[in-house]
Amino acid sequence: MINYIWLFMILSGVVAAVAQGRVELVTTAALNGAKDAVAVCIGLISILVFWLGMMRVAREAGLLEKLAKILRPVAKFLFPGVPPDHPAMGYILSNMSANFFGLGNAATPMGLKAMEELQKLNPDPKTATPAMCTLLALNTSGLTLIPTTIIGIRLKHGSADPTEIIGPTLLATLIATSIAVLLDRYYRRRVFKNH
Amino acid sequence: MYEAISFISKMMLPAILVFIPLYAVFRKVPIYESFIEGAKEGFPTAVSLIPHLVGMMVAVAIFRDTGALDFYLKFLTPLVAWLHIPTEVLPIGILRPISGAGSLAFVESILRTHGPDSFLGKLASTIQGSTDTTLYVITVYFGAVGIRNSLYALKVGLWADLAGFLASWIICSLVFAS
Repeated sequence: MINYIWLFMILSGVVAAVAQGRVELVTTAALNGAKDAVAVCIGLISILVFWLGMMRVAREAGLLEKLAKILRPVAKFLFPGVPPDHPAMGYILSNMSANFFGLGNAATPMGLKAMEELQKLNPDPKTATPAMCTLLALNTSGLTLIPTTIIGIRLKHGSADPTEIIGPTLLATLIATSIAVLLDRYYRRRVFKNH
Repeated sequence: MYEAISFISKMMLPAILVFIPLYAVFRKVPIYESFIEGAKEGFPTAVSLIPHLVGMMVAVAIFRDTGALDFYLKFLTPLVAWLHIPTEVLPIGILRPISGAGSLAFVESILRTHGPDSFLGKLASTIQGSTDTTLYVITVYFGAVGIRNSLYALKVGLWADLAGFLASWIICSLVFAS
């Protein structure tokens, strides 16, 4: 699917540029896109270095196991295929907690660690496992208690009540996340029944 | 209510930064060495993401900056209008899953022209806040461990984005409509 989306975006972009007689738009866009992508990765370096260091301390102290033990019911419900005492569980749950409490920066390193651990359980390293898809479903639907970025932007634009949207946003993100979890279940049953 | 949540959220990071090393020292972990050991993985991980993000963001930029996006927006506008969803927020809904910065630019333009406390301003904020950049998350997470076949993860993410968009509109209409 990702192959087709990729092709679709590039192809329709080139067609649109040609139709306007401005082919040079494609070149500028491509170079800008590449530049932005590298900038994002450079920005990720500091975050990853810092949080992966912190996470190693937490892991060696046994804190991740503790978190996994406390949230065991949640973990078992969402990730039935992962052994509850596997290190992946601790990272998954810290990723979810970081997302929920608005520590977006910390969520990515924890999520990547979780993926790394889940990959160790993967019999086919090129294909995603059901647990990976569930982790992605939770992360793409963006469950968060306070949308700090958007509140900051509302404040910048002189909103009289920048936090007014917290309730509606929380409700909308809860709905999106529930749908994501339900669909993930549905597709998981459909795909892995045939295997 | 917000003050309490905001306080907790502000205290979260400092609390974690005190708690982890303190607890680790108590458990006799050589904290500094283990921090360095873990931190070493950060740089290679970030660098290994470059090809994945360049590949994805180049395609998104071509799609967005050449006018292809506008074409599809025009195509979808009647449908959205038929559903009585304000057409101004359509670009946000379409861009949100593929480019976080791109949709944010549209949110900012709505906040600027209509004001952050208008119905449109609140709706745009809610849409932006209620989902994440699906394509980015999938690229980064699967890219980091070298997964080629992402199965149904993208489909689930995109449906969730649509659900978040529609839910935002329905909730905002109920809560904020004048």
